[in-house]
Amino acid sequence: MSFLVLDLLTKRYGEHAAVDAISLAIERGEFVSLLGPSGCGKTTTLQMIAGFVEPTSGAVTMDGRDLLAVPAAKRGLGIVFQNYALFPHMTVAENVAFGLEMRGVPREERGNRVREALALVGLDHLAGRHPMQLSGGQQQRVALARALVIRPNLLLLDEPLSNLDAKLREEMQVELRRIQRAVGITTLMVTHDQAEALALSDRVVVMHAGRIEQDAAPLSAYEHPATGFVCDFLGKANLFTVEQVSAGTVAIGPLSFAAPPALAAEVRAGDRLLIRPEKIAFGEAGPGALSATVVNRVFQGNHWLYQLDTPLGSAQVIRQNDGGFRPNEGDAVHLVWRPEDMRAVPADATGGAAG
Amino acid sequence: MTAHRAAPYWLSAPALAVYAVFLLVPLGSIALISFQHFEFYGGIQPGITFENYRQVFGDSYYWEIFGRTFAIAAIVTALCAVLGTFEALVLHRMANPWKSLFLLVVLGPLLISVVVRTLGWALLFGSTGLINKALTGLGLVNAPVQFMYTSTGVVIALTHVLVPFVVISVWASLQRMDPAVERAAVSLGAGQPTVVRRVIVPLAMPGILSGSVIVFALAASAFATPAIIGGRRLKVIATAAYDEFLNTLNWPLGASLAVLLLCANVVVLVASNRLIERRYRAVFRESVA
Amino acid sequence: MIRNGPLALAFHALFIGFIVAPLAIVCIVAFTPQGYIALPTDGVSLRWFVAILDNPRFIGAFWISLALGVVSSLIATALAVPAALAVARHRFPGRETISTLLLSPLMIPHIVLGVSFLRFFSTIGMNGTFAGLVTGHVIVILPFALRLVLAAATGMDPAVERAAVALGASRFTVFRRITLPLLLPGIVSGWLLAFITSFDELTMSVFIASPSTTTLPVRMFLHIQDTIDPLVAAVSALLIFVTLVIMLALDRLVGLERLFVGKAYGDKSGAG
Repeated sequence: MSFLVLDLLTKRYGEHAAVDAISLAIERGEFVSLLGPSGCGKTTTLQMIAGFVEPTSGAVTMDGRDLLAVPAAKRGLGIVFQNYALFPHMTVAENVAFGLEMRGVPREERGNRVREALALVGLDHLAGRHPMQLSGGQQQRVALARALVIRPNLLLLDEPLSNLDAKLREEMQVELRRIQRAVGITTLMVTHDQAEALALSDRVVVMHAGRIEQDAAPLSAYEHPATGFVCDFLGKANLFTVEQVSAGTVAIGPLSFAAPPALAAEVRAGDRLLIRPEKIAFGEAGPGALSATVVNRVFQGNHWLYQLDTPLGSAQVIRQNDGGFRPNEGDAVHLVWRPEDMRAVPADATGGAAG
Repeated sequence: MTAHRAAPYWLSAPALAVYAVFLLVPLGSIALISFQHFEFYGGIQPGITFENYRQVFGDSYYWEIFGRTFAIAAIVTALCAVLGTFEALVLHRMANPWKSLFLLVVLGPLLISVVVRTLGWALLFGSTGLINKALTGLGLVNAPVQFMYTSTGVVIALTHVLVPFVVISVWASLQRMDPAVERAAVSLGAGQPTVVRRVIVPLAMPGILSGSVIVFALAASAFATPAIIGGRRLKVIATAAYDEFLNTLNWPLGASLAVLLLCANVVVLVASNRLIERRYRAVFRESVA
Repeated sequence: MIRNGPLALAFHALFIGFIVAPLAIVCIVAFTPQGYIALPTDGVSLRWFVAILDNPRFIGAFWISLALGVVSSLIATALAVPAALAVARHRFPGRETISTLLLSPLMIPHIVLGVSFLRFFSTIGMNGTFAGLVTGHVIVILPFALRLVLAAATGMDPAVERAAVALGASRFTVFRRITLPLLLPGIVSGWLLAFITSFDELTMSVFIASPSTTTLPVRMFLHIQDTIDPLVAAVSALLIFVTLVIMLALDRLVGLERLFVGKAYGDKSGAG
């Protein structure tokens, strides 16, 4: 039985459903991300699990017990808030000790566990400081220590890295994953940053307009997106409409090619085909090659991003900056890719499908 | 916009000029005459003397007035601090539209003249006033209680006039707080009373303290309310100064009272603000006032 | 959000009752049909409001307070705006001192200001004059106007002006088309607050008013020392009503909360 189960969890505000009957199962020790744009319901879901928002309907069970029946103060969850919500008038050590105080842990044991938690996040030397004297990254670690020291069953992270600058964010991502693995705690993270979700999670749950669009491991979700929304939200996407399918051949615009069996089985006319920009290369003219003109070319450090005009519409191509062929803006080129790198995306699907 | 080096000085010059002539000079002249001698038939005499201050410090009549003034101020401050803080906490937890509405109700009276507010208390306090009618009606007392012309009445009316200042101050502190901090405390297992005691009140403390200081300063220098509710017998520093200036016409003596009141005020305000600022500097990033 | 329990709400109800009671009683007494104060009143009558019209003293005092309020608030605001711009925009030696000095009347008891002006005006022969009243009021109300304009000026993003300059606007145009419109809510609310403060002012005015320059609060105060009757309650009721209207206007303009309290957590919208 899964550790945390959300069953048709719903939150309505008047007519509007912020969270619309979502169901989710999280296993013990998993790191799951709720990923989506603002307004998709991910934060509301977290608030309901935490106990700060009353669900309109649905159930949340943790380890078999009904979590909704328990008041927020007694749920025993570790929560890291978006702006850390540290107690400004207490020192770092007092902040971390607070949860233990509430549980009546005796002073000496408290001291030990606080030291342990601060060592875990690498902040034992700052125990006597006040939060306002710390940098953003340090405050974030204190918030994490405070949540973990109480040995919760579940760790909830509300956009924990969104206030950090890019470099720090990358470092903290690694740290966060390391700590989570070391402690082995079941973790649910809310984020709008798809790169972060892909980097940290065992599973990514993509949400949109209150519903779950896809619930899958990062690579699966990226390689086999279930809906058009997921295609576009996770990484960049080229989507071409399928005009005709007959006897194993798929036609998109002027191009027609023999579809691999897996693709041929599921694709139908009117669907769209996804091909990721990094899977396209510049090649020679011929059948299966798409003619295109370079509209725009952007250098992004370790790769180049090309925007192109094609008979099928606009397209994006990403090529490593390895010194290879680099067309200029205005050049006419030919785009080639392997048919097995194409994915079928249903024209109008919503709802979760394990990919 | 290239700023002239002198631009700010030109911009603030008009206001400063007005202040120099019409604030500093009058204050200076009041300080001056407090050191001068008053003749009943001659008026104010030139020459420096300490007799006014000696009279104030030597006469038990004035000690009583100072004592009464500061005692009233202290009690009013304590009442305002407690009531104002509680109300600010309640408002903090209220949902809109009630929150905004009641904030308006609590802060609005500050825009109404103190005469009007005190008149209301005078009406409530009389022996046939509503308060006594309620008390006797409920059987709580046998005979009407005297509120008018007592220190108790003055305390009640002053509390009414000044409590909004504490509400403002505490409210400001609470508004600066990240609302998630309360949720964090709850998520760590704190019950409601603990959240208030360990998180909210400590974070509101600078506001409670600075609000209380303002109330004390205003209560000690209050004029209209003690004059109307306290009457002619119950003097405070402000009404005593009024007496000297407009009745007895002993301006130097009145000036010495005014100077003492001013010094007490400034010392209390400046010292407390320094202390509060220093105490909470490490804890709060922004200034505390 | 953690809500208030029944005990908290009971306290709140009592507190609100405490705040409203004196104001309510004034209004109730103002509408009494009796010729004297009798509580409770039965019936409602406008006789005392009409009586105000027959009372030249109160009418006269009202006009004086109105004129005084308008004149002194305009002067105070006119002085406050450039001073606020100076303090908000520039870092210069003496900035702290000037700012503290300009706000200092807030720390000075009005009684002290009253006697100081009494002495000063007597010495220069301005005692009991309207000009004297204006001067005293300007000093007392200027800090209120200053605080609000200062809040608006510091809250304004200086980059906006720089953008206008870069686009070719002259300094005067920048002030007229960019700075002034952005500061306007702060200036108007500063002016309104200054006006109300002047209109309500009693303690200082008691000392520098003369029979021909008695303001409304002073007139009411003197009346109350003699007798407490429905007439003065009626005047008070009118004042409460007018203040209510101005209060709603202020709330609309700037938000009463912002007016008194300043910036809240995460409030990036300016005045604070």
